[in-house]
Amino acid sequence: MGLTDSQVATLKLKAQQIRRKTIETVVWAGGGHLGGALSQVEIMVLLYYHFLNIDPKRPDWADRDRVVLSKGHGGIGYAPLLADRGYFSEGLLEEFNHTGSPFGMHLDRLKVPGVDASTGSLGHGLPMAVGMALGARLKGAAWRTYCILGDGECNEGSVWEAAMAAAHFRLDTLTALIDRNGLCIDGTTEAIMALEPLADKWRAFGWEVTAVDGHDFRELAGAIEAARRSTGRPTAIIARTVKGKGVDFMEDQAAWHYGGLDSERAALALQSIDRRSDTAGPGRRAP
Amino acid sequence: MSGTGLTYHVYDVNHMTPAEIYGQVLTQLGEGREDIVALTADLARSTKIGKFGERFPGRFFNVGIAEQNMFGIAAGLALAGFTPFVSTFAVFAALRAAEQVRTDICYQNLNCKIIATHSGISFGQAGSTHHCTEDLAVMRSFANLTVIAPADGYETANAVRACLDRQGPVYIRIGRGFEQTVHPGEDYGFELGRAVTMRDGADLTVIACGPCVLHAVEAAKTLADSQGAGVRVLNMHTIKPLDREAVLAAAAETRRIITVENHSIIGGLGSAVAEVIAESGLPCRLVRLGIPDVFAIVGYTDDLYNLYKIDAAGIGEAAAQLLGVQVQAEDDWEDEL
Ligand SMILES: Cc1ncc(C[n+]2csc(CCOP(=O)(O)OP(=O)(O)O)c2C)c(N)n1
Repeated sequence: MGLTDSQVATLKLKAQQIRRKTIETVVWAGGGHLGGALSQVEIMVLLYYHFLNIDPKRPDWADRDRVVLSKGHGGIGYAPLLADRGYFSEGLLEEFNHTGSPFGMHLDRLKVPGVDASTGSLGHGLPMAVGMALGARLKGAAWRTYCILGDGECNEGSVWEAAMAAAHFRLDTLTALIDRNGLCIDGTTEAIMALEPLADKWRAFGWEVTAVDGHDFRELAGAIEAARRSTGRPTAIIARTVKGKGVDFMEDQAAWHYGGLDSERAALALQSIDRRSDTAGPGRRAP
Repeated sequence: MSGTGLTYHVYDVNHMTPAEIYGQVLTQLGEGREDIVALTADLARSTKIGKFGERFPGRFFNVGIAEQNMFGIAAGLALAGFTPFVSTFAVFAALRAAEQVRTDICYQNLNCKIIATHSGISFGQAGSTHHCTEDLAVMRSFANLTVIAPADGYETANAVRACLDRQGPVYIRIGRGFEQTVHPGEDYGFELGRAVTMRDGADLTVIACGPCVLHAVEAAKTLADSQGAGVRVLNMHTIKPLDREAVLAAAAETRRIITVENHSIIGGLGSAVAEVIAESGLPCRLVRLGIPDVFAIVGYTDDLYNLYKIDAAGIGEAAAQLLGVQVQAEDDWEDEL
């Protein structure tokens, strides 16, 4: 049961809006983790506007699906999405990073409605997601748990300790989405600390694994649907993406992991996003 | 200065952050010492240790985002006879990899130098996952470890050089960005374990470390000008081993002490000073300034310094209050010194 053409069109428009809002938020914030915030957009949009069983009016609703943005530095792209989804007023984003604001670069669960876990230190999200999925089972609750990881983040040993545990406990309600943009801070993941063959690693740890174009809503949706049908095993979706996606001068540039934007640059970034209404073009080739 | 004999400037303190100065000094040290190796965990640029990597790619290891692994590897390199310099953010060095630092490096008394950046609340806008207001408390409790919090770029250079002469593990914590300079130059007599007297005075002592030293000096100047108060300022760059003599002298001679640090008031400089005073039996009033027992809020670093009263205004306020407090006039303890 794939996405219809009109669903895809709506999601693409939403992705474009979130990218725009992310650029604006970075300007208000005085800087931000642009590269990773832009590469994760289709993953986050598809979850929040298509799959998740949530109620933004009741962020603490006990049976909601859980989302852990383990690559917590993506917070500057996550907050605009939560605002758009109605968790809080969009105007608050103008305070991002300001003294006393609820929003810092890494979102705080106790301050930002809709955030299920405070993250920002890499390698912490998947263990917490394993705990949430175990909790659902203990309670006999139906919620599903989604964890979004950076690919560089997969260098952390704790990711693999959690991966082992999730398979051991047969957590089939847990889905890990790996934003495989091929870059960390200091360079490409393969030059800094090679991850490949990444799919084989997850498979060897006992997970169902699919690799898809992380900017293609249809491919992503197919993988998530398969994950929801899977029994007895957690699923890892390796989403091949482009860091800085949608802003031509940022794409695939390690230097844009973190950056600031003066008004001129911000305008160029917005133009680039507008020009490419079809931002959901192909993701990166497998490294 | 230091046994390395490298005392000429290789950096421009007005245009470089302490981290940049560290990168430069380390690279310079690497020229003469083949045993120096450097490690980071995907933070070569942010911590500036990458400078060494550019010059000596063969002796530089970027292990990816894997801090625990990195400190274990550093221990192995030290066991193989090398002198590893390891850099990441303070929160990941002191907390994420705390057990590797304690058990692999400190327990085995290995010659490993940890230079941690983004300490305290210097990365104010990143929030609590990246603040580190606990490292002095944790690292101070590790046996064999020397713990240093340099006041500025000059002192960072001095500390990095001095740690090379000191056999065993050393932890140096610096900030994120540009911190103003408090020392006039490098040659003010830096010595590990010896406080630097920035100003003398007999009414009150401010004992500070890190960027708070500059704020303390400014507050002392203001207090001298406005109320003629004699405020001594000690730059306690070495948190362990602590300069007990300087603390005892301050307690005896000024009987009022304020500690200031870019760290929790629990376990850091303030606690170290409190321990010395309490055990001495000297009658001395003590006020600890630092981050109270909370996770600091998000914000611009300057604003946070102001909010938590560890800037010149906050120190001045605490000092003015403490100067108004009567302290015991009994002098019969004086001969105990
Ligand atoms: C434990 C830990 N170590 C280091 C960092 C600093 N850091 C923030 S983002 C980042 C790179 C992340 O790369 P990746 O996971 O690939 O994310 P993306 O490329 O999607 O931004 C690093 C090293 C951190 N946040 N946490």
